[in-house]
Amino acid sequence: MSLVQSFPLFSIVLGLLCAVVCFVTPKQWGRRITLALLLASCVMQGWVLRFCYGNQAGYTYQLGHYPAPWGSEITAGLLEPGLGLLCSAVMLLAVIGGGRHIGHDVADGKQHLYWVAVDLTLSALLAMCYTNDIFTAYVFIEICTISACALLAVREGGRSLIASVRYMVFALIGSSLFLIGVVFTYAVTGQLLFPQLREAVAALWAAGTYRFAMTVAIALMTAGLAVKSGCFPFHGWLPDAHSQATTASSCILSGVIVKGYAVLLIKIIYRAIGAEVFMASGAQHVLLLLGIGGMVGCSIDAIFAKRLKVMIAFSSAAQIGYLFMGIGMGTAAGLTAALLQIVNHAITKPMLFLSGSQLADASHGRMDFPSLRGAGHRNVPAGILFTIGAVSMVGVPLLAGFIPKLYFAREAFTLGWQRWPVLLGLAVSTVLNVLYFLYTAVLIWLPQEADCRFKPVTPHWDEFVPGFVLAGLNVAMGIHPGPLVALIEKAVALLGR
Amino acid sequence: MANSDSAFRRWLRGEVDLSAELRTAEMPAPPEGERYEPRHHPALIRMIARQSHRLYVALVAVLCVVLFTVLLLAAANLPAYGDAEAPTNNQVSERYVNQGVEETGALNAVAGMMLDYRAFNTLGESFVLFAALCVVTVLMTRGRRKHPLPSETDYADYYADPIVHTMCKVIIPVILVFGVYVLVNGHLSPGGGFSGGAILSSALIIYAMVWGDERAHGAIRESTVRRTAALALGFYAVSKTCSFYMAANGLTGVASPGVPGRIFSAGLILPLNVAVGLVVCCTMYSFYMFFRRGAL
Repeated sequence: MSLVQSFPLFSIVLGLLCAVVCFVTPKQWGRRITLALLLASCVMQGWVLRFCYGNQAGYTYQLGHYPAPWGSEITAGLLEPGLGLLCSAVMLLAVIGGGRHIGHDVADGKQHLYWVAVDLTLSALLAMCYTNDIFTAYVFIEICTISACALLAVREGGRSLIASVRYMVFALIGSSLFLIGVVFTYAVTGQLLFPQLREAVAALWAAGTYRFAMTVAIALMTAGLAVKSGCFPFHGWLPDAHSQATTASSCILSGVIVKGYAVLLIKIIYRAIGAEVFMASGAQHVLLLLGIGGMVGCSIDAIFAKRLKVMIAFSSAAQIGYLFMGIGMGTAAGLTAALLQIVNHAITKPMLFLSGSQLADASHGRMDFPSLRGAGHRNVPAGILFTIGAVSMVGVPLLAGFIPKLYFAREAFTLGWQRWPVLLGLAVSTVLNVLYFLYTAVLIWLPQEADCRFKPVTPHWDEFVPGFVLAGLNVAMGIHPGPLVALIEKAVALLGR
Repeated sequence: MANSDSAFRRWLRGEVDLSAELRTAEMPAPPEGERYEPRHHPALIRMIARQSHRLYVALVAVLCVVLFTVLLLAAANLPAYGDAEAPTNNQVSERYVNQGVEETGALNAVAGMMLDYRAFNTLGESFVLFAALCVVTVLMTRGRRKHPLPSETDYADYYADPIVHTMCKVIIPVILVFGVYVLVNGHLSPGGGFSGGAILSSALIIYAMVWGDERAHGAIRESTVRRTAALALGFYAVSKTCSFYMAANGLTGVASPGVPGRIFSAGLILPLNVAVGLVVCCTMYSFYMFFRRGAL
């Protein structure tokens, strides 16, 4: 077994260890340790991705001396290291870009805890990507939930406590639904590892025994993960959580954490339950309709939002709707489009949060739209980044946001009754996106009033360079999506195997 | 919000008085604690709010009843408790029960499962405790505290009571010894890290209750608690990763099951139990101290 195959395990444990080290060292070390960890994680995930891509095959890695049904395992195909790389890279850019805000928003005595939470979140996300064991998945869901709560609550003042309590309530409902689902699944199959579980579920479904309990278990696990990733109509915690958190936390939460749960749901559907049984249970239609509901409903909420970050947060909920619509299509091409949407949203939304909060900084920290008028002139890099992000979110060709929409629409024509709801949802959502995103993008470039009380700011390199890296990725994905699409199609093919 | 919408349309028509339009859209946020008063049609809006609240409560009740029924029906559909034919009685539990002692060296099958067969999950569980400790620290050490914590005198002064005071002097060492016993015998008898750690922390909490927080704070330093938890977690993560790495590369570990029944047996289970116990003890004691005095 080559060294690179141990990298998934190493990166998960390294995250946990760095969290422990940050917990006991002075605060100025925390930032350096976390940046080094995120960088190392990027390198390791990239290496694993290259290894798996070279072999055109995944592998499972046994944890301990006992083989599959007795011990635990982690598994790496193309999907897992790819998403691990995406998570690590986005988190790295988010903590660099939001670094100044962390220093400002987080009290001195608690900064080391912020870095602890970031490290734990990375580790939990990686474990959720790589796991091949449903109970390991549950344990790391808990770590992710609790550390995300720390990411939210660490900022003092405002409504951050209310926001984190609200998040906690939703997240715990999601966790408990998921846990009851796992318990039911275990009771009727007696297995916890994904491959064995899939065999057992298929046998059970064919025999027709315990079918009601199994259906309820599937519904509970799906609902639990949907609540945790902010699927419509369970997105009530998103706006507060995002608008009250510090910038880096918003980026991490919206960019990767909510995706982590969705990815886990995809893995559970295709590896643990089996696509055939899941589609037979009918849960995918519910996901499809909730997804379309989110695309339209959350976009309307975003139009009515009075503050910039709340608007971006509602837009996140709408984008999660696209993702669930893709999962709900139930086809390989639909899943490909959903994964493209994950990549698109993970690189675009942090860019919007970073540039949006810098525009607010150029308006004395105010986030209401009248104050933001002309903010692009006061902070030009942030204005440019926000405009690119907004235009991409609308789905203009040559930017990343266009690609998933194109694939969703293309796939919609092969579907049955779902065709018209999907196409209609895409059309309405795009029009609504135009309304609120282009409006904001125009607003920040309006000429400033003569008596404007806000002064132009000179941004530091670390504030806009991460944003431009994300913008570069965005444009690259928009102009030349071929390699990414090919990679994701291979990953989807490996996933179902 | 019709405001910004219509503002946008007007802007499209070339009227550039958008800023004036926007200023009217700017509504000052109501001061905290004050009720929101709608500007137009207050009676109508209040009626709608009341009705939608009623609808909300009714929907919640329906949802609860439906969920309750579905979960009960699903639970009734599960295999009966103790059913020999149940799917859970498969080769997985068979091996845990029949070969567990031989393979892990632990007489306590639960310890064998938790810390050897499925050690990775338990690693995650101890980090769940650690994450909870971090969140409690974040929440309880808030800078501007509106409501000061109750002072010592707001609570019963147990130290002044000679019966409590004298009994605790006797009980605390016994509890500590019992906790250590449960902890280090985790692989031989029921118990182990989680229960042993809880017992140990109860002794510390009784000490803090009776002798007072300030004295406990002096005796058990914040840095000691933090470093102990960190060391225990670090030891667990590093030792188990080494073990996983060696297993994945086909090497047998240095830790062997030994002779089942001896105190120094069962390979890594004993040290891991101690590590988990220390984490649990530090976490529970910290929770108590944070909620009691707002700091460790």
